[in-house]
Parts: sequence; structure tokens; C-alpha cells
Amino acid sequence: MAAEKMALAKAINESLRRALDNDPKVLIMGEDVGKLGGVFRVTDGLQKDFGESRVIDTPLAESGIVGTAIGLALRGYRPVVEIQFDGFVFPAYDQIVTQLAKMHARSLGKVKLPVVVRIPYGGGIGAVEHHSESPEALFAHVAGLKIVSPSNASDAYWMMQQAIQSDDPVIYFEPKRRYWDKAEVDTEAIPAPLHKAQVVREGTDLTLAAYGPMVKLCQEVAAAAAEEGKSLEVLDLRSVSPIDFDAIQASVERTRRLVVVHEAPVFFGSGAEIAARITERCFYHLEAPVLRVGGYHAPYPPARLEESYLPDLDRVLDAVDRSLAY
Amino acid sequence: MTVESTAARTSRRSAGSKAGATGTKAAGTRRRTGAKKGADPELVQLLTPEGERVKNAEYDKYVAGITADELRGLYRDMVLTRRFDAEATALQRQGELGLWASLLGQEAAQIGSGRATREDDYVFPTYREHGVAWCRGVDPTNLLGMFRGVNNGGWDPNGNNFHLYTIVIGSQALHATGYAMGVAKDGADSAVVAYFGDGASSQGDVAEAFTFSAVYNAPVVFFCQNNQWAISEPTEKQMRVPLYQRAAGFGFPGVRVDGNDVLACLAVTKWALERARNGEGPTLVEAFTYRMGAHTTSDDPTRYRGDEERLAWEAKDPILRLRRHLEAANHADEGFFAELETESEALGRRVREAVRAMPDPDLFAIFENVYADGHALVDEERAQFAAYQASFADAEGV
Repeated sequence: MAAEKMALAKAINESLRRALDNDPKVLIMGEDVGKLGGVFRVTDGLQKDFGESRVIDTPLAESGIVGTAIGLALRGYRPVVEIQFDGFVFPAYDQIVTQLAKMHARSLGKVKLPVVVRIPYGGGIGAVEHHSESPEALFAHVAGLKIVSPSNASDAYWMMQQAIQSDDPVIYFEPKRRYWDKAEVDTEAIPAPLHKAQVVREGTDLTLAAYGPMVKLCQEVAAAAAEEGKSLEVLDLRSVSPIDFDAIQASVERTRRLVVVHEAPVFFGSGAEIAARITERCFYHLEAPVLRVGGYHAPYPPARLEESYLPDLDRVLDAVDRSLAY
Repeated sequence: MTVESTAARTSRRSAGSKAGATGTKAAGTRRRTGAKKGADPELVQLLTPEGERVKNAEYDKYVAGITADELRGLYRDMVLTRRFDAEATALQRQGELGLWASLLGQEAAQIGSGRATREDDYVFPTYREHGVAWCRGVDPTNLLGMFRGVNNGGWDPNGNNFHLYTIVIGSQALHATGYAMGVAKDGADSAVVAYFGDGASSQGDVAEAFTFSAVYNAPVVFFCQNNQWAISEPTEKQMRVPLYQRAAGFGFPGVRVDGNDVLACLAVTKWALERARNGEGPTLVEAFTYRMGAHTTSDDPTRYRGDEERLAWEAKDPILRLRRHLEAANHADEGFFAELETESEALGRRVREAVRAMPDPDLFAIFENVYADGHALVDEERAQFAAYQASFADAEGV
């Protein structure tokens, strides 16, 4: 088997299976990851095949999950821990920020912490509160962490392989509303580097930059805009820390316009960082200010309002029109 | 009930009495639901404050074969650790260190437990475990780098199986538990010791470490030095039941040991480590002791506690206690003490000189080891920093 069409959640499952197979030091840890296979079934069947000592059901304590994963990594293991939902990561935030992110530097490079923290994130599934947030900027602000988010099954598969192999802690944000989207996954391909952005649609009039769940939306926006005769380039950033600014710059130098789209609140979000840096790098190329589309400075709303809160086709098209109007 | 009266009562109860020994056993291994209501906390003690050896049915065997030479060794460890600590405090006062967390008064807890560990065991300290570091063979001058501000760690944790100091209270209890889970997975018979204080016992991470270690039967010893004060907060502001009893609720034994009795700390830690090695899981050891100095050089204990408390604890000084025992048993002569005094002064000098000779870190250390595999932003900012620094050199015509 080389190429197979599979859902994004299944691709992560296959990737974890491959990592468990390849390296006896890889462990899966989290709440309900064993018999249940995770609430999204991402770890389905892994405990059955690799046993309870490799796929570990943990107590319901997020700080404990990450804190013990740090200890296991210090002992030479490569734990992949699951935080059940985005909003539940905060009890573990202390361990991630004060310990996981800094220990390599504090030890002057003597210890490595190859821990992957998997976080299903983002909205659009009609969930209750704390189940739909996009906290990636809170992690990207912290030196010592790497932040990635795949947008499709193939990237989900390969980026997980690369995250596990990395000697740095990686926060792996999974776009939960895309878990069931299928795509071709070539398990023998040579994958793109983990932190490189990819042009997923070429265009000449404007660049849409996004990652994770918003990439698909931006592709839909570009298709809709094409019907109106506008040529939009769509860039899948894939990595939030580091961000591939070279790729954004190259695209903006071609299109001269940039709109950044993410689900997280715009204020102090990754779009703000991208806008600032691209303005520095491309000031004389830009025909319009970099615009951002994202969530509001408000708690993630109840499910019946999330369609108004989340960026959608019309909101992104509106930003495209505003940019082109300059 | 004050902390003082608790200590005084418990030390009388266990001093040589059968009831003390039996009660300890029950608290330590059998009475899983905790001590009887209204009962005083039990305290394992093998040496009275007067230096008198006390029999203990359960723990004597862990120090039964101890030689005079080894007893002198424990004494030497405590004296040198105190001397090192005093030197560091003085260096802080002279502006050579930005901060110091003194262990004054806790030498027995640290040396007793530290000497109980084996080379292949792994220790996760908080930031006051200078005596444990000494036992692990970490050069004491390495401990001063972070307090002087030349690094944030200062030693290779794997060099002596002694992890870096952890400033956030109690975080390392989870690291120790995870490490111990790894030890168990590896099928090794080494063990892990997590050090923390009475203040840290209020933190969720310590409770989570108890949960995880119990659930996975991890070979970890939680060694809590209850030094009665978390900066200015007394234990009454941290807990309503004796700390060691908390273990019962998690399903593993807890025992309170006289933290100023190096022999008792050695014996109880050996017992707990043996349990860990035998696959019997975690243990909580509460070393009941006293921080004689300030929390760190930044606080002023006279604002929150009285002299009489300190004086009462000085009477239970861990070093004096062992000296009395050594002298009464004719295990050490004047020559030994004089020689140790000389060695002590030499250590003080060495520490002083080493601190003053510590080079400032290289400017570019800011960007080193942020990531193991590199990071584009760090590379970019390092280059900007280099250009900025070079601009000064150009301006000066270098």
C-alpha cells in the first residue's frame, strides 16, 4: 500500500500506529485513548494492538498528563499525549509553558524533550463551551515550543511522523471539524519539511494565508472569487511556530495583497504577527494593508451563534473585496 | 494547636517509647485510613535531640550495620553542607549572588535522604536541596550559577542523576513520577525521589503526582520537607491534617520522620526506596523539620515569626544532635572535629573564589538551546542581534 484515501482522523491514527511500530520508545497517553480510542476515535485500536503499557489511559488530570510525559521524556521515551479538547489544555498550560518549553535551554542542551501534545481544536461542530477554542497564539508566544496544524489527511499523517521524530516539544493542533474529510495519503511519499508553507492554489491578485481548518474555507473562497474573475492564491501555512515568512513574502511579492484567516480571535492573534512582519518585509510591494479575518474578542459563543462568530465564505470574500478596493 | 506544640509532643511520644514505635508502624504501613481522630502525629526518631540512640522496631534494621566511619561521614556531609550554605548566604549579602535559598536547619533531612539513594536512582529537587546535591556528587559551585545569574540551571542533570532545580512549586513531583513510570517500563530496579516542601503540598501538581504514581505503581519516593513555613505562611495556612496522612487517601503509605534526625531520615528513606525497588509503589515521607533562616535572602522572617520558635528548634539542631551522639559513643575525637573545621573553611574559600571567577555568559547564549532542532525565528533574531552588536564594534573602529 502506498496511496490510500482516508479521513484526517484516520490518517493520524495510521501515523501513530506507524510510530508505535517503528520505535518502542513512542508512547500514547491521554484520557480515554485506550479502550474507547479517544472521543474522536483518533487512537482507535492502538491499545488493542500495542498494549496498555504503550497506549496509556490516564487519570483525568491534564497537568499530570503533560508533567508525567516530561518525566518519561527525560527517561528516554517519546510520549504523544492527547488533550481531549482545546479548552481543557489550560490545567496543563503551566507544565507546557514553565517546564516543557524551557527545560532544553535550562539544561544548556543536555536534555531533550521530544513530547508531542495533540490538541483537537477549533469550532464548527456545535459543541458546548471549552470545546471549540483556538488557543494557538498563546502557545506560539512561548519560546521553546513548536506549533503545527495540518489542514488535510496527507499532512496530518506526515506532520505527525515529523512531530514525533522532532527532539523539540511540538503542539500539534488537529482541526477537529476536518477530522472526517478524506484525502489521498501516500505513506511512501517524501513529505515536505514540517515548518514549510505550501501553495495549495496559485493566483495572481491576492494571497489568502491560513492553516488548519481555515485552509479548506480559503480554497472555497478562491473558487467563488474565480467565478467573479478574481485570481486568489491560497497558502497553507501548516506551521504557526515557526511561521514560514519567506513563503508568505514570496507570495505577497507576486500578488501584492494579503488576507490572513484564522478562527482564533484577531486581537493579538497569529494574523497580527503575520501582518506586522509582512508589512516590514514587503512594505513597497503591498498595494493594501494586510487584513485579518478571525474570531471576535469575546468568549467563544454558544453553538447556535458560532456560524456568526467563525470566519465564513462571505466574511473572507468581504475582506478580499476591501483589499482589492485599495 | 501550634506547630511548636505538635513537634514537642510528638518527639516526646516517640522518644524511646514502645508506643511511639508501634504507632509509627501503623501510620506508615497499616493504618491506611490515617491516624486515629485526635491522635498526635507520629514521628519516627532514632536519635533524640540529646544524641541518644532510640530503638525502633521497624526502622532500626535500615541502619543496623552502620559503622562509626559512616556516622562520621554523615556528620561531615552536614557540616560541609551548612558551611557551603553559610558561604552562599554571605556571598548574597556581598552582592555576589542575586538570591539565595538557605537550607539552614534542614541538613539532616537532606543528607539522610540523599545518602539513602543509590547512584542509579534519580532525584528531582526543588530549589533548596543543596545537601541532596552534595550527596549526589554535584559540585556545590554548580548550584550557584542560577543564583548569580549566569545560567538557568548549571549542571548536566544526567551527570549525577540530579535534575535541575525547579522554581515553580511542585512541578517536579510530576516529572519524578513520569520518570519513575519510565523506570518501571524499563524493568529497572532503580527508584526516583521527588523533593518538595510543605507549601508545595497545596499545589495541584503534587496531588496529581500522587494520583499518577499510585495508579501506575511508580517507584517514586515523595520526600516532603515540612519546614513549617512557606515563605510567611505557616503550615496552618496549608493544611488541616498532618501532611503524611494525605498519602492514605491516595492508597500508599505516608510516614512522618524527625527531619532533624539524620539517622531516622536515612532509615525511613531506605525503607521507602526499598518499597519502590520491590515494585510496591510510591511512598510519602514527611520530614518534620524547620527552616532556621529566611525562605530566601529576600524575605525577613522577623516579620512573621517569633524568636522563641526558632530557639526551640535550635535545641533540636541536626548537627549538634549527631555530634553529641558521636561523642557519647566515642566515635569521633577532637582531631576529627578540628580536621573537619579546616576542611570546612577550605570549602568556603573554594566556593567564594569559584563564584567570583564565574564568567558572564556569552551574549549569544540568549539564542542557544532554545530549540534542539532549530527555529527560523530564533535564527533570524540571532542574526539581527549579531548585526546590532557588530554596529558598536564598527563605531569604535574595531
